[in-house]
Amino acid sequence: MSLWFLLALMTVGAIFAVLWPLSRRTAVKREGRESAVYQDQLAEIDRDIAGGLIGETEGAAARVEISRRLLAAADAEEGSTVSSSLRLRRAVAMIALIGVPVLAGALYLHLGSPALPDFPLASRTRAPAAGQSLDQLVAQVQSHLETNPTDGRGWGVLAPVLGRLGRFEDAAQAFRNAIRYDGDSAARRAGLGEALAGAANGVVTAEAKAEFERAVALDADEPKARYFLGVAAEQDGRPKEAAALWQDMLSKAPADAPWRPVLETALKRVGATAQTAPDSAASTKMPALSNDTIASVQGMSEGDRGAMIRGMVDRLAARLKQNGSDVEGWLRLARAYMVLKEPDNARAARDDARRALAANEADLRKLNEGLKALGIDG
Amino acid sequence: MIAEAGHYALVLALALALIQSTVPMIGARLRDPVLMNVARSTALAQLLFVGLSFGALVLLHVLSDFSVANVYENSHSLKPLIYKITGVWGNHEGSMLLWVSILALFGGLVAMFGNNLPLSLRANALGVQGWVSTAFYLFILLTSNPFLRLANPPLEGRDLNPVLQDPGLAVHPPMLYLGYVGFSISFSFAIAALIEGRIDAAWARWVRPWTLMAWMFLTLGIAMGSYWAYYELGWGGWWFWDPVENASLMPWLAGTALLHSAVVMEKRNALKVWTVLLAILTFSLSLLGTFLVRSGVLTSVHAFATDPTRGVFILLILCVFIGGSLSLYAWRASSLKQGGLFAPISREGALVLNNLLLTTACATVFIGTLYPLGLEVLTGERISVGAPFFNLTFAPLFLPLLLALPFGPLLAWKRGDLIGAAQRLYAAGIVALVSVAVLWAWVRGGSAFAPLAIGLALFVILGALTDIAERSMLFRMPLSISLRRARGLPRASWGTMFAHVGVGVALIGIVCETTWNTELISTLKPGDVAKVAGYELKLDNISQRQGPNFGEMLAHFTVSEDGKVIGTMTPSKRSFTTRAMSTTEAALMSRGVSQLYISLGDTAASGAIAVRIYHKPMVLLIWFGPVLMAFGGLLSLSDRRLRVGAPKPAKAARGLQPAE
Repeated sequence: MSLWFLLALMTVGAIFAVLWPLSRRTAVKREGRESAVYQDQLAEIDRDIAGGLIGETEGAAARVEISRRLLAAADAEEGSTVSSSLRLRRAVAMIALIGVPVLAGALYLHLGSPALPDFPLASRTRAPAAGQSLDQLVAQVQSHLETNPTDGRGWGVLAPVLGRLGRFEDAAQAFRNAIRYDGDSAARRAGLGEALAGAANGVVTAEAKAEFERAVALDADEPKARYFLGVAAEQDGRPKEAAALWQDMLSKAPADAPWRPVLETALKRVGATAQTAPDSAASTKMPALSNDTIASVQGMSEGDRGAMIRGMVDRLAARLKQNGSDVEGWLRLARAYMVLKEPDNARAARDDARRALAANEADLRKLNEGLKALGIDG
Repeated sequence: MIAEAGHYALVLALALALIQSTVPMIGARLRDPVLMNVARSTALAQLLFVGLSFGALVLLHVLSDFSVANVYENSHSLKPLIYKITGVWGNHEGSMLLWVSILALFGGLVAMFGNNLPLSLRANALGVQGWVSTAFYLFILLTSNPFLRLANPPLEGRDLNPVLQDPGLAVHPPMLYLGYVGFSISFSFAIAALIEGRIDAAWARWVRPWTLMAWMFLTLGIAMGSYWAYYELGWGGWWFWDPVENASLMPWLAGTALLHSAVVMEKRNALKVWTVLLAILTFSLSLLGTFLVRSGVLTSVHAFATDPTRGVFILLILCVFIGGSLSLYAWRASSLKQGGLFAPISREGALVLNNLLLTTACATVFIGTLYPLGLEVLTGERISVGAPFFNLTFAPLFLPLLLALPFGPLLAWKRGDLIGAAQRLYAAGIVALVSVAVLWAWVRGGSAFAPLAIGLALFVILGALTDIAERSMLFRMPLSISLRRARGLPRASWGTMFAHVGVGVALIGIVCETTWNTELISTLKPGDVAKVAGYELKLDNISQRQGPNFGEMLAHFTVSEDGKVIGTMTPSKRSFTTRAMSTTEAALMSRGVSQLYISLGDTAASGAIAVRIYHKPMVLLIWFGPVLMAFGGLLSLSDRRLRVGAPKPAKAARGLQPAE
């Protein structure tokens, strides 16, 4: 039975419910009457007098009162005339025949999604794994871990994947679980730190820094942790220190290390090249942050740093206002607002993004999925 | 297909509600029986379609179809079946669907069993019911649609709020909604009467069963909610004067007043205008409760989701219905014929006193609940109006109400004999006073008012029993005759007795629990013993367990009294990974009607655990009282007189014979 057939059947049922009483030419007169109530009340007076609920004389008076009401009600019932107009009946029938399907159809087509099939759990678990998206595989592993929360290796496998999907909070939790149930390791500490930094929009927070330091303590050559310690130094306004650290890594690194290019760009960013140590902060190359900014970041309190992050967020917002086709940018903005604990702004960003991306179906879907992961959909 | 069919059924119900809200009312105006009868079939068809829609949502939750946003957001494939079902109304959209389903249910019931009503009254009442339905269908479809789909269904849902994963969710919201929404029927009847401009004693009798039914469910719903909060929230409290609780108490107080004033109207054709006003106010307060809980004005366990557009929409519904009905009332009330006058010392006089006190109590709750909200909106200042305010205002109002309560049923209609009633209450009064004296001598500690309050409660209970004893001439006639007389009493009299006894029973529970409740907060290590109110509780060990969708930490206690082991208690803490939340599952042990209560706090690094242990004397009476009240309501509802006037085609005469 197709959906449309079912909907049509239901519509017919609804119309029938209106037409049925209209078709009954001589409506059976099954009407309740007031007089019945009063007759019963008269009988009740006798019982009340017997039970002492009302005095003899008052009872007599009440009987007169009720009788008067009974007469009035009976009069009214006699006097009322009933008529039924065929014209009105036809009009109502027309409303039912046309109005009900039109109204219901229009509203449903506006709100419903008739093209989407059902997707119950049973059919989902039977679906072959090959065709599943990464999201679905992750969800499967997650539901497995839900029932076996002490499977440390499972958490260890899941954590980096979550990080790559941008679900930093979940990734951090997964790393913590992996460490708790499957033992500590430098790579896991570094991963945890990266997830924490990711959750803070790339800012290496004190918490994240502590994790990197722990990783380095476990393994002095852990590249990810060392790189991020450099980033932390850079963000704290000590580019020289960062550059020195990265230089050291580069010199020790094997020639085919996949993270070499990352380090080289980072060095360029702080104004040093891979070969020569930086001679001053006022290098000729343009640093990521202007000297003024760096100067002001130095010795900043937590609140001031927040203000600086604010400024970056505002710039991102301004850029997106001019060119709104950047899905990733919108998601970054929304996430930043969530991190700054400004859900209202995040929702506003969501609405703006939906408007800006309305023309592009694929981007819109990507946006909605990203927003769902951030918990600001709907 | 299930989701889409459910969605379409809801849209069809809206279309039918629109027809139901117009055609029958035109019919009533033109005295056209055919058009008036449209109300009946549309109400029944609406019930069918909303039922289909609700059934579809339940099915979607059971099948864990996460392509439906509502299921994805509030369900989880590992959740036990019962919580998959109850989770349907454990969220905003689903609970609103339950709301309209119950609205349609009551509409359908009036259509089915309203044969004893005049055709025009039924048509108008169902028409008004159609307006209410229309407003709420639109609200659901436009702002809280439970059938919205996700194009890329996720594999796993977000799970239901763990606090709500409890059998209480299966009972509390449906009961409460049956109560809230049930009052829509009295509202519809009141508006219908105002539209017709005619209201009589018969009206009160027709409305009474519906009011009674709503009142019963509301009573049970509130009691159930209070018990749930008591064992689930881990604080051992059962009433917090929380705005959400107050929101349910206000319609209850107004509904109780309505129930009593409708009796006066039925018997004496008086208080008509007042009764209509109460019917309007009661449902308005129900709507207000819905608004407060659903709009996000208040944050609590009940505010599943907050969204400003929803709040504005409900506020709009609220303004249209309350404002509209009160305007209609102001316009038409003066045209209603006034009823007879009556003496102050009479049954009707006592009921007026009851109404005055109940509505004043309702007004104080109203002020206590809305004043802080209003103040915050106007000045931004946050104040909290809590238990002290309500204890100071509510108690003085209930005291005279309870003192006068036993006199009411003993007074005759029209002209009562206060001295005679007092004489008949001698025995009850003396027993109450003696028990006050005994309690004063016997009990140590606690407020000096507690024995007085218990004495008052006993007076209420014995007074209610006196009424039945008097009417069955107990001790004045041979026992067999008394028994026969007692059986012959109308069921409504028995209902009155049970309901009034319930008030006294609940009062005893409240006073004992608040006065002599013992609390012990301490940190225990396995092997430690805590002593509370003569009981010894030994913490044997702490263990872990894996539930279907949560991990659980259980603490095992052995309870002994005077060295004898009387049982074990295992309070626990559950942590739900999906929502990263944890809940406290308190352990309860009933000793008679008293209870021992343990709930767990945080675990210290040393392996010790914080526990909160209470001994709550007579605490179960607090909920046993409302159950008695509801049972009284049920007895009253089964009274033959409420069904009178139903035309019975074959043996029409039988319905009018005197009572059995």
